Amino acid sequence: MLRKGIALAALGLALVGGPALAAGDAKTPEPVDFSFKGPFGRFDQAQLQRGYKVYREVCAACHSMELVSFRNLGQKGGPFYDPAYSNPNDNPYVKTIAAEYQINDIDSETGDVIQRPGTSADAFPSPYPNEAAARAGNGGALPPDLSVMAKARKYGPDYIHALLAGYKDPPAGLTVSPGQYYNPYMAGDTTPFWTGEGHAPEGGFIAMPPQLAPDKVTFDDGTPSTIDQQAKDVAAFLYWAAEPKMEERKAFGFGAMIYLVIFAGLLYASYRRIWRNVAH
Amino acid sequence: MSGHSTYEPKTGIERWLDTRLPIVRLGWDSIVDYPTPKNLNYWWTFGGILAVCLGIQIVTGVVLAMHYVPHVDHAFASVERIMRDVNYGWLVRYMHANGASMFFIAVYSHMFRGLYYGSYKAPREVLWILGCIIYLLMMATAFMGYVLPWGQMSFHGAVVITNLFGALPIVGEAITTWLWGGFAVDNATLNRFFSLHFLLPFMIAGVVGLHIWALHVPGNNNPTGVNVQSKADTVPFHPYYTVKDGFAIVLFLILFATFLFYNPNALGHADNYIPANPLVTPAHIVPEWYFLPFYAILRAVPDKLGGVILMFGAIAVLFVLPWLDTSKVRSMRYRPTGKLYFMIFVVACLVLGYCGGQLPDNHVIPGLSTFILIDADLNSMVWLSRLATLYYFGYFLVILPLLGLTETPTAQPESISTPVLSHPAGMPAGAVAAPEKKG
Repeated sequence: MLRKGIALAALGLALVGGPALAAGDAKTPEPVDFSFKGPFGRFDQAQLQRGYKVYREVCAACHSMELVSFRNLGQKGGPFYDPAYSNPNDNPYVKTIAAEYQINDIDSETGDVIQRPGTSADAFPSPYPNEAAARAGNGGALPPDLSVMAKARKYGPDYIHALLAGYKDPPAGLTVSPGQYYNPYMAGDTTPFWTGEGHAPEGGFIAMPPQLAPDKVTFDDGTPSTIDQQAKDVAAFLYWAAEPKMEERKAFGFGAMIYLVIFAGLLYASYRRIWRNVAH
Repeated sequence: MSGHSTYEPKTGIERWLDTRLPIVRLGWDSIVDYPTPKNLNYWWTFGGILAVCLGIQIVTGVVLAMHYVPHVDHAFASVERIMRDVNYGWLVRYMHANGASMFFIAVYSHMFRGLYYGSYKAPREVLWILGCIIYLLMMATAFMGYVLPWGQMSFHGAVVITNLFGALPIVGEAITTWLWGGFAVDNATLNRFFSLHFLLPFMIAGVVGLHIWALHVPGNNNPTGVNVQSKADTVPFHPYYTVKDGFAIVLFLILFATFLFYNPNALGHADNYIPANPLVTPAHIVPEWYFLPFYAILRAVPDKLGGVILMFGAIAVLFVLPWLDTSKVRSMRYRPTGKLYFMIFVVACLVLGYCGGQLPDNHVIPGLSTFILIDADLNSMVWLSRLATLYYFGYFLVILPLLGLTETPTAQPESISTPVLSHPAGMPAGAVAAPEKKG
């Protein structure tokens, strides 16, 4: 038993050693009590809808989300899923949302470059035609694509919430370059810009100005529109965008676990029975 | 496979086939009647677990290859497309990604077991060397597979590892260009890595066949390290070990499923969800966890070529291990001093893995700075890596050769059955003699 314990501990150590540290001295995001956390966690559909609204009205002005299509919004687990429309392409919300966008296309009759209203099958169009245009519009910085943002940063949705709601006035002694903003959760190193006493403040500089403000987005379900709420909701929406199959994955996993545990029990019983007369 | 075959064809078609292609006989002798020491513990179940891992990786990998696009402009999006639009694509892709980590957990357990119980000693040297070849192939396969999603860690990991060959004198640059298929890690590199990533697992499967062949000639080692002497020492592989291995495999799958379904990205790195950008280098380039010990050895040496030599040497030394260990006693159970050195060796490997994930200049004891030696503070990860690297090589090159000549082993049992019969929770002695009657 002890040997097995040591083996397991060794395995545990090996795993802890694994995913290495992200960048230096940024503040660790406070964990948010998201509904989708934990083995049985599910998305809160109302929250996803609010988060979509924040994305649509605030983030989408600069950030693309190329890997997400309108139809995804109406898929099982998505913000506008409706059991009455098992094919998300038919979902009226999805169709309406898609039609709000103009999509670049080619006229199949004439070959001319045209714009047409979006359909459920289209992907979210990007706000800028190319990277150069995106940089030119943002003081040289490139707003990253948000499709998998919630998986592309350590602490995922907690980080997105903390970053968006965590802008602070720079402490006295910290020089902030023009076009940059101080954020304690941003990865980076403030040491070269620090003339104050003691250790340089945690965090780094980000080219994105603070985006959220109280009541900047009106929530249709009456939820008070605070900065914190907006940040939480958009973080939840982006987590859904990054892991749209999470609910299916966890549900599948629950079944698989029950199966495996029962199977293990049966095999152990068989093992005891087959070996009962063999001293070993 | 070796010794006298007990297979008797019972039906006409079996007799017909047996005189033309005795494949049923091969299966019977290998996994049904194969005499196996009856005292194998759960450390011996990792062989079967590894076979399952290889099977899972090949099946999921073939399906992924149907949907994956090996092109620098499309690879990242095609992987995400698999996760979003392919039916159960998320399951297949997460199985494959986490399956690689599970494969390495199992292979390291398997290797440490071999080291502890002296499974590399005569007459199993070839078996051990074949295992080392499989491990090398696994490392190459895993490395190239990690490049395929073409995220930031994929790209920059590929740059770091392929550049290592540039440290070789004279031919280094030519080899690197040849590996890249150009003058930088680019589309040609991605294409050849995809091709090789598809090929190597089948080579692994081939060497696994040889590995099992080489196992079945001398037969299994066992926790006592004492040779099988009579039929009383063994049980037929089926049903005794099919059921025991089966139980262990399902327990292992539960661990696998925990990661797969509830934390599928825990063993990866967040940066690999950022599409590869040659112009932006991640703050810290780290390999996957299973390469961290070797990464620590590489960084422990201030000279690039020296680091590369030492890193490959850490694997090369395994190949000659059967001739480095001078002890006649196989199992560390009867080598109290050897057991202590072995335990320190395991700790050294874990320390190397830990150091590989840290920045070299990070302090081991926070807040305590000592003095600079060579190129770093003595209280730093790089110096801890150096200490552990020294022990890693010292264990193989100094401790094992000398210890076998100087230590006094404790008394080994005369046969596998002897310690079994003296077990306190003993069975009636008669029950042991006829295990082949059951099942």
